[in-house]
Amino acid sequence: MRSLRTFLVFAIFTAFAFLVGCGGSSSSSSSSSSSPPPQTIVSSGANVAPISVNSGAPGIGYVNGAFASVTVCIPGTSNCQTIDDVLVDTGSSGLRILSSALTLVLTQQDASDGNPVFECFPFVSSYTWGPVQTADVEMASEKASSTPIQVIGTNTTVPSGCLDFGLTSSDTLDTLGANGILGIGLFAQDCGSGCALPLGSNSQNPGLYYECPSSGCAEVVENTAQQVSNPVTLFATDNNGIIIELPAVSGGEPSVSGSLVFGIGTQSNNGLGGATVYTADTDGNFTTTYSGAAYSSSFIDSGSNGFFFLDSSTTGIPECSDQPDFYCPSSTTNISATNQGANGASGTVNFSVANADTLFANQADFVYGDLGGEYSGSPLAFDWGLPFFFGRNVFTAIQSTSYPNGYWAY
Amino acid sequence: MGAVLAIVSFGLPAWAALGGDIASVQADQLHMQGSLRATTAASYTVHEIQGATGAVVREYVSSAGKVFAVAWQGPWPPDMRQLLGSYFEQYRQAAKAQSRVRIGRRPLMIQQPGLVVQIGGHPRSFAGRAYVPEMLPSGVRVEEIQ
Repeated sequence: MRSLRTFLVFAIFTAFAFLVGCGGSSSSSSSSSSSPPPQTIVSSGANVAPISVNSGAPGIGYVNGAFASVTVCIPGTSNCQTIDDVLVDTGSSGLRILSSALTLVLTQQDASDGNPVFECFPFVSSYTWGPVQTADVEMASEKASSTPIQVIGTNTTVPSGCLDFGLTSSDTLDTLGANGILGIGLFAQDCGSGCALPLGSNSQNPGLYYECPSSGCAEVVENTAQQVSNPVTLFATDNNGIIIELPAVSGGEPSVSGSLVFGIGTQSNNGLGGATVYTADTDGNFTTTYSGAAYSSSFIDSGSNGFFFLDSSTTGIPECSDQPDFYCPSSTTNISATNQGANGASGTVNFSVANADTLFANQADFVYGDLGGEYSGSPLAFDWGLPFFFGRNVFTAIQSTSYPNGYWAY
Repeated sequence: MGAVLAIVSFGLPAWAALGGDIASVQADQLHMQGSLRATTAASYTVHEIQGATGAVVREYVSSAGKVFAVAWQGPWPPDMRQLLGSYFEQYRQAAKAQSRVRIGRRPLMIQQPGLVVQIGGHPRSFAGRAYVPEMLPSGVRVEEIQ
């Protein structure tokens, strides 16, 4: 009976959400589909770090990746190292640095029994495995003291619970494509309360954290304060979110430069202005509607390297024959979709998808405003990747009392 | 969407791997504790398991008792070794090969003659499906697997 009741509750909730959704989209007060104001990119300030969209670290040839330099220090000291070519990722939370890029010996985090803490962190197609260590993290004039970060790739044997995801290890520059990942998304920690729950049979803890004595690794309860954390939340100021500011890109370009601005409404250079706030749901998603159908697992993610949305049979855009994860229309195709936050705010987004084979044919280019592909997950959704950020200042606000799941604004 | 003919509750969750036999899977039930709901469509039955960690797994079982597709949704990826069974190694190798084609982070799409795996989302919200194309009962559309 419990499952039937759950189903009915779900059905009623879905119907209610639909009604609320209709109310939101028909209300013009929260709708913004008019042409946006001209973009201003802040280039200097104590809360501004430069970012670049380019081919990434030498030899990588990364496409549509935004990179920043991040300085890590042994906590409380001026013994620091600046790591270049760290991928700026609003789709995850927490700083992860390749051990091969680190010359500094950071402070290992230990569990209550003194064993070193490790983590297996899954992304969509790869995972990172390595120890949780503590660093002071510095960008622009901001400093996050004693921040738990993940150091990726050590000689420790990866536990079976991590291997069973079937994901590909990304513990080298070649496989990660960057010296690290700067996760500055909606959430304050990478896992959240789930990883702090008790372990054992029927546990709701996903078991991402491990303690690893020399005898082997075992899952461990990790309280949120110890979890790999969004470093922005630990800044003394400007700690409620970020703005990514990148210029518009037409066709392909070798590189473009922009800014990563810390804080939202905390300085004269980071106000929301006329941006519309789209709140996220508990999963970090919102709803995108295309051609009358609503896709409620959609999201904005600077770490995805294209517009990944729906599939060929829904959009009518053919896959590339040689790389089916990208779209290859015979001519550039214009798409219009409407985003709607959990708060009901909605607005239309227009974008274009060009033939990916044609784009990639120019091997001097690594930045493409019109690169798209199938989302292909299930259920279908829109993954608004880095091209969404071109020509549009995008705010990502970290979860707070006012916004328990954070928000995007643009 | 296939027509829903029945909704049945069971006391014990059962879990079958892709390509496996529904009659032989009771031993797998310990892996993902949770409630089970079965929905019968024209030519298959969907077994939906709500797991402890918030994950939902749906298994698509043909009238011949074979699991021809699985779909999942949750904050973290499922145990793919358990879910894909004998197809796990093929998946793992294909995912590894795919990652080398073009560097960059995006949804994962594996389209091989004997196996399709599609995964999207982001940390705290993953969703995907896997199916064996030649095992799909006739008349079943891929869109029904989600």
